[in-house]
Amino acid sequence: MTIFPTTEAELSEAITSATTPLVISGGGTRRVRTADGAHLSTARLSGIVDYEPGALTMVAKAGTPLADIQAALAAEHQQLAFEPSLMGSVLGQDGQSTIGGVFATNASGSRRIQAGAARDFLLGVRFVDGAGNVVKNGGRVMKNVTGYDLVKLLAGSWGTLGVMSEVSFKVLPLAETMATIAVHVSDAATATAAMTASLNTPFDVTGAAYDPASGRAVVRVEGFEKSVAYRAAALRDVLAQFGAVEILDNAASAPIWTGLQNLDALVGTTGDLWRVSVKPTDGAEVIARVCPTAYVMDWSGGLIWMRTAAGQDVRTALTGIDGHATCHIGRAPQFHPNAAGVEMLMSAIRSKFDPHAKLNQGLMG
Amino acid sequence: MEMPIPSDDRIARKSELMSRLRAALPAECVIDDPMETRAYECDALSAYRCPPLGVVLPYTTEQVAAALRICNDLDIPVVPRGAGTSLAGGSLPTADSIILGVARMNDVLDTDYANRIIRVQTGRTNLSVTGAVETDGFFYAPDPSSQLACAIAGNIAMNSGGAHCLKYGVTSNNLMGVRLVTMQGDILDIGGAHLDAAGLDLLGVICGSEGQLGIVTEATLRIIHKPEGALPVLIGFDSNEVAGTCVSDIIRAGVLPVAIEFMDRPCIRATEDFAKAGYPDCEALLIIEVEGSPLEIEEQLEKIIAIAKTHKPVEVRRATDTAEAARIWLGRKSAFGAMGQINDYMCLDGTIPVSQLPYVLRRIGEMSREFGLDVGNVFHAGDGNMHPLILYNANEDGQLELCEKFGAEILKLCVEVGGCLTGEHGVGIEKRDLMDHQFAPADLEAQMAIKDVFDHRWLLNPAKVFPLAASASRRDQGV
Repeated sequence: MTIFPTTEAELSEAITSATTPLVISGGGTRRVRTADGAHLSTARLSGIVDYEPGALTMVAKAGTPLADIQAALAAEHQQLAFEPSLMGSVLGQDGQSTIGGVFATNASGSRRIQAGAARDFLLGVRFVDGAGNVVKNGGRVMKNVTGYDLVKLLAGSWGTLGVMSEVSFKVLPLAETMATIAVHVSDAATATAAMTASLNTPFDVTGAAYDPASGRAVVRVEGFEKSVAYRAAALRDVLAQFGAVEILDNAASAPIWTGLQNLDALVGTTGDLWRVSVKPTDGAEVIARVCPTAYVMDWSGGLIWMRTAAGQDVRTALTGIDGHATCHIGRAPQFHPNAAGVEMLMSAIRSKFDPHAKLNQGLMG
Repeated sequence: MEMPIPSDDRIARKSELMSRLRAALPAECVIDDPMETRAYECDALSAYRCPPLGVVLPYTTEQVAAALRICNDLDIPVVPRGAGTSLAGGSLPTADSIILGVARMNDVLDTDYANRIIRVQTGRTNLSVTGAVETDGFFYAPDPSSQLACAIAGNIAMNSGGAHCLKYGVTSNNLMGVRLVTMQGDILDIGGAHLDAAGLDLLGVICGSEGQLGIVTEATLRIIHKPEGALPVLIGFDSNEVAGTCVSDIIRAGVLPVAIEFMDRPCIRATEDFAKAGYPDCEALLIIEVEGSPLEIEEQLEKIIAIAKTHKPVEVRRATDTAEAARIWLGRKSAFGAMGQINDYMCLDGTIPVSQLPYVLRRIGEMSREFGLDVGNVFHAGDGNMHPLILYNANEDGQLELCEKFGAEILKLCVEVGGCLTGEHGVGIEKRDLMDHQFAPADLEAQMAIKDVFDHRWLLNPAKVFPLAASASRRDQGV
């Protein structure tokens, strides 16, 4: 059974009156691997509440489909600059991604290395905590240091601290055009070196990824036409030392970056699905240690989505490397354990916000 | 502003406290000579001052932990301090507290260009972080006006912004990891060189927590390669309203300048008298800066000027070299100093939705006449972060109180139109008792629950951020 509150009051009532743990979801595209319980979905808390293109801000109810948000933004030549990663295809989940789900999972795509993560764009939240209290934090302005930043705490909390009812966020103009500079390389280490070299320039790179199946590291620049042409040419010179280089125009670039957003490289592959976040120069070492059956690197090597043999212990392989691994398909716990002192704080925060252990219980520890 | 009554019991434990601190730390790290502690009686909100029990200035994280364990043991409140530049009273002590300053911890620990990060001790000043990497072509983006003096520790505590955060974000968007010492003396590493920390976003809530959750002694910061160049254009308008609309139109057109600064007539006049930057005599002016190669700068400035021209500007002054750029920035950068020449002033920093700019400026003008105090406005227009400067005479009885009352009315107005009390300075003691206007009790309770987790006895910077009445029962536990 799934409960679909249609107002914040109903959401609060549903949580307050719940006698069993709740499995929280938005559109159900980002599998929440938690214990069983009654399902609670925000999908019917839907609609854009306020959109001020001149202020680069939007307010929407949490269950608003991401597609609706993106359509409204596109009409004003604006966008969600953090390029939310979409998990539906790779997880084989039907349903529509919601804006609440995007922020609750801090789903950030290729532009994270330049523009920031989902959490950096979230300006305000309204949520219902595990005791049924309606809480607001942040607001709809870009600069706000009034009180503690629970907005970032809620971003990426996967529903374990509260169920968001409304989010407000910063948007950015869509670039006039883009170009992709692709360099042919044969391994992750060379790809990382090429991506690093491109980011260590003044040319404002907005994406740096490597798909071993295509044998190319790709680097993106965006902006006004003359500027994009200038920077693409400059980066071609920077990247020539790593392999054969080609420049792809706006039309040829688009499928590369939407493909990364959808994790196309891993759709149709099998095995466990992992997301590994490390410092960019450690990415190639992670690949060497884990030997995944398929993978794609983003964030200049700092983000690796990979398939491994079922049951392979990715976390042990990361020993000595700072970072963490999230298991989206597999038997391992979904989230990486933290150091004891840090875990104690997180667990205590969860107990404060969800005193009766109702919300996605056990998901994050 | 009221401060809690200091506890006589705590004050009575001073000699025990000092002898235990001296046993644990090098002699020069523990100060209680009243002459030497004078400098720590206040921060940049200098209307308020109070001598602390003592001042501790450790060299290492372990010494910070040792000092905190002793204070925790003796139930002594600790007020963390970076460089003491807070405009909100963030490091104002009470008579029963000690100041714990990180000023002696200012080393660069690691510079990693391949991963574009720098790890520093947090006593390091903001500008000297950039100083450590700029010869290699990099910079640290957040640039609060006090960047020559302010410490990274304080930037993290207040989640500081600056003129260029329209493009590069505030401290929180550029902070990747911290080493945090809790009130119990535990040392925790959160985040690091990877682009997202595991688990709940503790980093996000620590940044901007005003020194109430722990003392950050080391930070991993994002550094960025410098653009090829940057140039500003100055545009004058004959009304605030038109200038505000122009800002909105530029943003809608898809141009994203690195900075859009706004000055109104009172501020322009004061600045001209003081710095003689040659600004036009007009109601409002914008300084808009863009970055890139010469060709890219030209492309963006052309678009901006074309938009501005549809609003009948009274002046468009485009910098073509760095000398002209410096002249355009001269007035803006000396605005606070110029206002200070006229009188004492109080600087507010509420944020409003950009669309409310004309209305809020008009209301501030009306209130200025009602209160009989002059106001100049200079602020970051691109993100709606206002900085009204209220002029008053500190030597005249009742003027400070009148000024504070006026300031509170402006901040309430910011909240009413959908904004907030503070965009980058922090709450401190200054806006503490206005928090009720922005937050309902449940909202404050959720925030205070976080402090309960990190510092359950409320010993770290306890009389800040939350209205005294709201935090009273928590602060009074040990007394």
